[in-house]
Amino acid sequence: MTPLRVSIVAAIASCGLLLVIFELMRSRRLQERYALLWLLTGIVMLVLALWRDALGRIADLVGIAYPPSALFVLGAFFILVVLLHYSTVISKLSEQNIRLAQRIALLEARLGEKRSEIEP
Amino acid sequence: MTEVLQTLPRPLDDRLATLRRVAIVPALNEEGSLGRVIDEIRRFDPGFQIVVVDDGSTDRTAQVAEGKGAYVVRLPFNLGIGSAVQTGYQYAYENDYDVAVQIDGDCQHDPSELPAILGPVLDGLADVVIGSRFAGAGVYRAELTRRFGIRLFARVVSAIVGQRLTDTSSSFRAVNRRGIAVFAADYPHGYLETVEATVMAAKYGLCLHEVPVAMRMRAAGRSTLTTSMSTFYAFKVLVALFVGLFRRTAPHVEEER
Repeated sequence: MTPLRVSIVAAIASCGLLLVIFELMRSRRLQERYALLWLLTGIVMLVLALWRDALGRIADLVGIAYPPSALFVLGAFFILVVLLHYSTVISKLSEQNIRLAQRIALLEARLGEKRSEIEP
Repeated sequence: MTEVLQTLPRPLDDRLATLRRVAIVPALNEEGSLGRVIDEIRRFDPGFQIVVVDDGSTDRTAQVAEGKGAYVVRLPFNLGIGSAVQTGYQYAYENDYDVAVQIDGDCQHDPSELPAILGPVLDGLADVVIGSRFAGAGVYRAELTRRFGIRLFARVVSAIVGQRLTDTSSSFRAVNRRGIAVFAADYPHGYLETVEATVMAAKYGLCLHEVPVAMRMRAAGRSTLTTSMSTFYAFKVLVALFVGLFRRTAPHVEEER
C-alpha cells in the first residue's frame, strides 16, 4: 500500500496538473481535442494517488514484484501514447502546411496574371 | 412569359427585400443534393447570395455549386464543419451582409421553412434564430442514441443560457448583423459545433430564439460522423461547455469594427 504521505503529495500534484490543464483550456491556449488526453492522464494519476491499493493490485496482476515499478511502467506508457499522438498531429500539420503553401503560390500566380491583364 | 412570372415567387417578406442577405451552405461531399438545395433557396428568394463553403470535398461538390451559379469558397483541406461555417460568416461580415441563414447541403433543411427562422430576426426579436426539430412541427426520426445526445445537449445548454431550448444541435439558423460579427470573429472548431456556438452566442449577449421547423430525412450522402467519432465529439463538447463556463468572451469581438 502506498504510504499516506506519498499519497497526499501525489494527490496534490495531480490536482495541480488538472488545474493547469483547465487554466490552459480556459485561456484558449489548449484546444479541447488535445486537452482530453491530458485530462485523462491527470485523472488516472489522481485515482492512483487516492486509491492506495491500486498500484499493488496492478503490480500483482501483471506480475511486477516491486509496486512502484508499475507506476513507472504506467507513466512511460502514457508518455508514449501522448508522443505518438503528437507525431500524428505534426504529420497532419506539415501536410496541411504544404498544401497551404501550394494554394498561396497558385493564387499569387493567378493574381499576378490578372494584374498584368489590367495594367499592361 | 407571364407564366414564368407567375411561378416566380415574390420575396415572402417585404422587409427582406431591402436587406443584403446571404445563405451559408457548408458542404462536404454533397454533389448529390447540393444542386437541389441551391435551387430551393433561389425559389424561396432569388435575392439571396448563396455561398457554398466546400470543406475539402473529394467529389464534384464545388463544380455542382459553381454550375448552379453559387459563390464557391473551396477550403484547401478539410477543416471540420465549425471552421467551414465560420468561413461563411467571415464572407458575410467582410461583404457587409445584414442577415445570414445557415443551411446544410444535404437537403435536411427545407428552404420553404426560411420565413419561420427569418421572422424573429426581421421583427428585431432575436440576433440568432434556431430552427428546432423538437419544438412541434413535423416528426423527426433518428436513432435512440442520437436523439438522446441531442436532448442531453439541449438540457445542458438550456441550463447554461437560462432559456429553454429544445434543439441546440440544429444547424438551420438565421443570424443578423450582430450575430454575423460575433461568429466571424469567434466560432467553435470541429463537429457538433452548433451546441458550443449556441452557448457562445448567449455569452456574447446575443439574443437567442427558437422556432419549430420540420426537417427532411437526408436525400443523399451519409452522415460524416461515425458512432465512435460522435461519442468522442459529444464528450469533447461537454468538456468545452464546462470550461466555457469559466471563460470570458474574446476581447477582440466586444468592440465591433
